[in-house]
Amino acid sequence: MRDVAIIGTAVTSFGELWETSLRSLWAEAALAALTDAGVDSVDLITIGCMSSGLFTGQEHLASLLTDELGMAGVPAARVESACASGGLAVRVGFAEIAAGLAETVLVTGVEKMTDVDGAAATYALGTAADSETEGFHGVTFPGLYAMLARIHMQRYGTTREQLAQVAVKNHANGLLNRHAQYHLNVTVESVLASTLVADPLRLLDCSPVTDGAAAIVLTTVERARELAAGRPVVVIKGSGLATDSISLANRRELAELRAVRLAGERAYTMAGRSPDDIHVAEVHDCFTIAEIMATEALGFFEPGSGGPAVEKGLTSLEGRIPVNPSGGLKSKGHPVGATGVAQMVEITKQLRGEAGQRQIEGAKIGLAQNMGGSGGSSVVHIMEVV
Amino acid sequence: MLVGIVGYGAFIPRRRIKLEEIAKVWGADAPSYRRGLQLNEKSVPGADEDTVTMSVEATRNALSRSGGVDPSEIGALYIGSESHPYAVKPSGTIVAEAIGAVPALHVADLEFACKAGTESMFLAQSLVKAGEVTYAVGIGADTSQGAPGDALEYSAAAGAAAYIFGSDESRIVAEVVDTYSWTTDTPDFWRREYMHYPRHGSRFTGEPAYFRHSMSSARGMMEKVGLEPKDFAHAIFHQPNGKFPMRVGKKLGFTDAQLETGWLSPWLGNTYSGASPIGLTAVLDIASPGDLVLLTSFGSGAGSDSFVFRVTGRVAEVQNLAPKTRPQLDENKIYLEYGAYAKLRGKIRMAE
Amino acid sequence: MFSPARVWREFPQRYRLEAAKCESCGAILYPPRLVCPSCGGRSFTDVVLPRDGKVVTYTVIRVPPAGFTEQTPLPIALVELVNGVRLMVQIADVEDPETLEIGMPVRLEFRRVAWDGEAGVIFYGHKAVRASA
Repeated sequence: MRDVAIIGTAVTSFGELWETSLRSLWAEAALAALTDAGVDSVDLITIGCMSSGLFTGQEHLASLLTDELGMAGVPAARVESACASGGLAVRVGFAEIAAGLAETVLVTGVEKMTDVDGAAATYALGTAADSETEGFHGVTFPGLYAMLARIHMQRYGTTREQLAQVAVKNHANGLLNRHAQYHLNVTVESVLASTLVADPLRLLDCSPVTDGAAAIVLTTVERARELAAGRPVVVIKGSGLATDSISLANRRELAELRAVRLAGERAYTMAGRSPDDIHVAEVHDCFTIAEIMATEALGFFEPGSGGPAVEKGLTSLEGRIPVNPSGGLKSKGHPVGATGVAQMVEITKQLRGEAGQRQIEGAKIGLAQNMGGSGGSSVVHIMEVV
Repeated sequence: MLVGIVGYGAFIPRRRIKLEEIAKVWGADAPSYRRGLQLNEKSVPGADEDTVTMSVEATRNALSRSGGVDPSEIGALYIGSESHPYAVKPSGTIVAEAIGAVPALHVADLEFACKAGTESMFLAQSLVKAGEVTYAVGIGADTSQGAPGDALEYSAAAGAAAYIFGSDESRIVAEVVDTYSWTTDTPDFWRREYMHYPRHGSRFTGEPAYFRHSMSSARGMMEKVGLEPKDFAHAIFHQPNGKFPMRVGKKLGFTDAQLETGWLSPWLGNTYSGASPIGLTAVLDIASPGDLVLLTSFGSGAGSDSFVFRVTGRVAEVQNLAPKTRPQLDENKIYLEYGAYAKLRGKIRMAE
Repeated sequence: MFSPARVWREFPQRYRLEAAKCESCGAILYPPRLVCPSCGGRSFTDVVLPRDGKVVTYTVIRVPPAGFTEQTPLPIALVELVNGVRLMVQIADVEDPETLEIGMPVRLEFRRVAWDGEAGVIFYGHKAVRASA
């Protein structure tokens, strides 16, 4: 297996981008990443996108988007794992280089969610759950995570205020990220006063509907050093992929995100690292409870200690293990297929020392965790500066 | 051939609305309505309840009391209602599918205003009596509507009763001694197709319709079997409000004591095709072996079906095997305000 | 969305709570599948689920998905039946959502789960109602 490096990154602005179509949004990120990398041709393009079909009536993105870049003929693959589609696109690109099938890969993620109304967007997102045994009964994603939150609260004493503090932290970080969808100051009080969506989760516990795209360019470490031009070389040291039962009814343990734990373990093993080695992490905070449970599953905190950890500031920019310095899905936005790739962009910037006001001093080892649905799938990557 | 009820059951929704709550919205004089109609409150189906859902639960209760009748042995299932969920697509097939009686059986949906329940019972017992099927189910259920502000709004309620008929003596809880029906064309109450709410002939619904048919049927029934009111332990009549069944019962010569047990409308409302069939379940819940019971329904349009039942010794063994009717009526109630009631009853125009 | 064929196919599970019992390890699968997730077994016998159980976790959906506006607020729970099988169902006849709790005993009742607007098919199934103590 060859080592794989990240040599270019880009994200578009995230938000309600009325003027921009799916293909132009994607192309914007793709071109910017190629420019950042200093390459103009690739051996493979991977595209993470959950549901261009339901959101925009367009499938077959591999062909459409490759052509959009004027690269028709180049191999391309669109991959889907609900909200982990972006992370999966990274994994596939990584694997092709590691296996020697490609030298340079453009890894992308995109979602254009605002061409349909709220009800249609909710429906599309709902297809990430088990449609026959969960969606049929009218459950929504906030509803599924609310059920997980309630178990976590009952089992470990996680409090409503601790959930709110995830939102407060991530919105504070988002203020420092010019690409973020929201630049809002949020307090625990304002979270607790926001509209109830699915008891006990409120509007400010939930990530928004967002348009956005992100892209990174991967290549061999040798080629990365040639193209580095003085910038630190970031290498993907570990990649882990896992699934768990899609439906809550079949989960062995509801208080744990098992897919995240397994994907994390596989990434740590490949990288030869442990949770204590991680300097900075981007985790999948589709809902505030998801961040708390993910940090536990990744081994940053003992099961049940994720809530108190946020409360104590352990995951803030100044904390022991900064989580979601980008602002997370919560304030940055969650263009579903793009999220997993955007997380890689943030960690790469952190490791290159290019994160500006959000920079975590001395960050050399970073982790990105992407998750699909209510925890049915997860992808974890560990990156290091070499 | 001997024929009788081998299993019976009822289902009453939990929600209620009080007469005062409705009267308040329309500026009606609640105390006088309460006296005039002898109604206190009525049952209200949830948005997730309908004739089919109530019938499934009522039939499951009947099966629980049937001494182990295998649903696949049910040869026919009839369900009478004036609020079938589909205008075209049977309710009976859904009930039959849910209880596992499919596929080898005959199913039909029936309607005849409030008499459709006893029609189902009549057909079911007739098929068993004729030796055509081993077991047959007759169901009466409704979630009927009254037009907002109309007198019917105070009484139109929801409920279901189900009866399994068979001929095996070891299972019969109440034998069908005989039946008698009395029918004429009398346009007292109707609903044209595509109209939302029924209309009625006001006072014309009384003497020429309800009283004439109920009394003719009951008298004809008693004459046919050579019995008098005093011979019966219980009598149950159709219950469009609290007042009419008591009045017709008294006119025929029945006492309060004979009428009381099956008289549920003051607290249930008028469950249309479920009305007298649910009344019968309340009677069976407390009946004693040897009791003779007269059941006379009424359906506008118009007609009345009468049955004479003789309760057997098996009744005491089955009464507790499923939820009884009076506790369903009296316990675990959820009271609604008019707004919630209007939302549940589809009286609010929703977005397309 | 749910076509007639899609809904009809699931009637045995939704109407009659039919499940599959693994012949090798006894695990009960609802809905039935081809492979037992506990032991990998491939042969099953038909069983019917019991209707009594308790609430494992729940929520009340205040922002409904399309088609559920009339049933909002919508309580939904993960229910564990007395035989250990878990399933997701709505909770019906809830007067006050504040009274819902983990561990609440429930019984499954036949109800309309959802319906396709005013003109489409009605989707029947089971919901949980609070069981009397």
